[in-house]
Amino acid sequence: MAEQNEESPAAQETAAALDPAAQKNAQLLDLLHRLFGADTFTDVEEPYGLLTVTTTRERIHDIISGLQQDQELQLNFLTTMCGIHYPENEGKELGMIYHLHSLINNIRLRIKIFFPIADPVVPTMTDLYSTANWMEREAFDFYGIIFSGHPNLIRILNVEDMDYHPMRREYALEDGTREDKTDLFFGR
Amino acid sequence: MAVNDTLEGTHKIIEEARAQQSKLNPLAPTVNDFNQELTTLNLGPTHPATHGIFQNILQMDGERIVSGVPTIGYIHRAFEKIAERRPFYQITPLTDRMNYCSSPINNMGWHMTVEKLLGVTVPKRAQYMRVILMELARITDHLICNGILGVDTGAFTGFLYLMEEREKVYEIYEEVSGARLTTNMGRVGGMERDFSDVAIQKLRKWLKEFPAVMAEFEKMFNRNRIFMDRVVDVGGISAERALNYGFTGPNLRAAGVDYDVRVMNPYSSYQDFEFEIPVGTKGDTYDRFMVRNEEIWQSLRIINQALENLPEGPYHADAPHYYLPPKQAVYKNMEALIYHFKIIMGEIEAPVGEVYHSVEGGNGELGFYLISDGGRTPYRLHFRRPCFIYYQAYTEMVTGQTLSDAIVTLSSMNVIAGELDA
Repeated sequence: MAEQNEESPAAQETAAALDPAAQKNAQLLDLLHRLFGADTFTDVEEPYGLLTVTTTRERIHDIISGLQQDQELQLNFLTTMCGIHYPENEGKELGMIYHLHSLINNIRLRIKIFFPIADPVVPTMTDLYSTANWMEREAFDFYGIIFSGHPNLIRILNVEDMDYHPMRREYALEDGTREDKTDLFFGR
Repeated sequence: MAVNDTLEGTHKIIEEARAQQSKLNPLAPTVNDFNQELTTLNLGPTHPATHGIFQNILQMDGERIVSGVPTIGYIHRAFEKIAERRPFYQITPLTDRMNYCSSPINNMGWHMTVEKLLGVTVPKRAQYMRVILMELARITDHLICNGILGVDTGAFTGFLYLMEEREKVYEIYEEVSGARLTTNMGRVGGMERDFSDVAIQKLRKWLKEFPAVMAEFEKMFNRNRIFMDRVVDVGGISAERALNYGFTGPNLRAAGVDYDVRVMNPYSSYQDFEFEIPVGTKGDTYDRFMVRNEEIWQSLRIINQALENLPEGPYHADAPHYYLPPKQAVYKNMEALIYHFKIIMGEIEAPVGEVYHSVEGGNGELGFYLISDGGRTPYRLHFRRPCFIYYQAYTEMVTGQTLSDAIVTLSSMNVIAGELDA
């Protein structure tokens, strides 16, 4: 009995050690908690092996800047960022999703923030990453997210005199006056 | 370096000329005044040297660029919005139209993203077939880019040699998928059909003949004095700036960073093949050109290995929920008819979740970020388009250079308008 009890945690440890992705994610989560405090992150998930954390817009700039400067994991490549709209989430309708990548350690991290559509202001990342410039302009263009401190926050892909943000959910792709095409048969 | 090779040098010459003039005759009107004014130059939207529809409003001091304002979005087609109303298999043609110089890579990248979401494992043979097609696409992509760079520096011949070879690759595409440019190749779960004998024959013939043409092209350019004078130290970027700007692909490797998705996160059995990642040192136009040339050779190596070791077996996964049954079976078999209907109508069940998958595209890391809420279409699909991300560095790269250098830099960056504007 005693032998069995000793064996099982060791077996678990080797199983965890065998999965390098899970190990890297655990290491990364540990680092995040150490650097920024455990209460900063909510909804820690690992969909398809990619660590995903949710935080607040007040902390996002600190976190991305801290990760950029961190010498241990070197998450200093901003792969991409994009906006998202969940109309049902009262008070957290809009969101921004950041994908960070460490080219040294090959670790990816996804950070999400959500904020109300009535007050869609988030800090810019252009002071940390030059690449954030057009990505933020794209998110502004598509979702109307305002990036405070952005040097040139104007539309990028759509025409400048467009008066709405087309990727928001209320703008259906199909002509809104048509009644023959319902979601039942043709999806959204 | 001559004194007028830099902006400061030009200003100094003008200042000296004015000082001398006013010393000789202080009352004479200064005829050179217009030299101090900046000229506004519209490079684009439609300009033969930009190879696509995008505009740069340049402030010029004589021949030198002082600043530039890029405008993009002329062929924006709202792919991300359209994708939110289309079943997965209908999104493949959208990906064709992003980087249309290497559409098979985009197709395969998208299929792999969906397969990752659905948890479908593709058989080895299909993976090797995909590798062959993706590497062919990479070669055509690089052929275009380097051929056009030749044209922009005034050498038309190399371009014509390479176009002939690209045409032959397109014939292979045609044998495999029926299409040439916007290929819509492969399906979720594998390939739509096996390689025909003709396709294999054409591929083998091309593999035998192409290296000689490529060697001739390289002989014409690589150490050509005229070409090197035009491209060495033109439009360079340091590795730090390139990483900060999110560069990927040959442009990043030219700056000296050996990041290649195929090696770092192997997909579609890339770990089975032996190949090298060429890197440059200075990140200038010449380095980008040379990195692309070398990548063509490495792609040839991969294709040869994949073709020699092409495993026997099925060319698609046994996943009836996602992979269309053969048409004959649809007429005779009830299950096949049901699956056919459900797949075509987009009634397949997708798991709830989010997945990011990236492949090494012709010009960088092509990423697909797919959020599925279990419905028939993606809830959100974001494309990480390498062009869109690295083209913003263009202004910084050409400031202080001459207009003709700017043209060469643009064409060596391999900016594809379809991908830029998506």
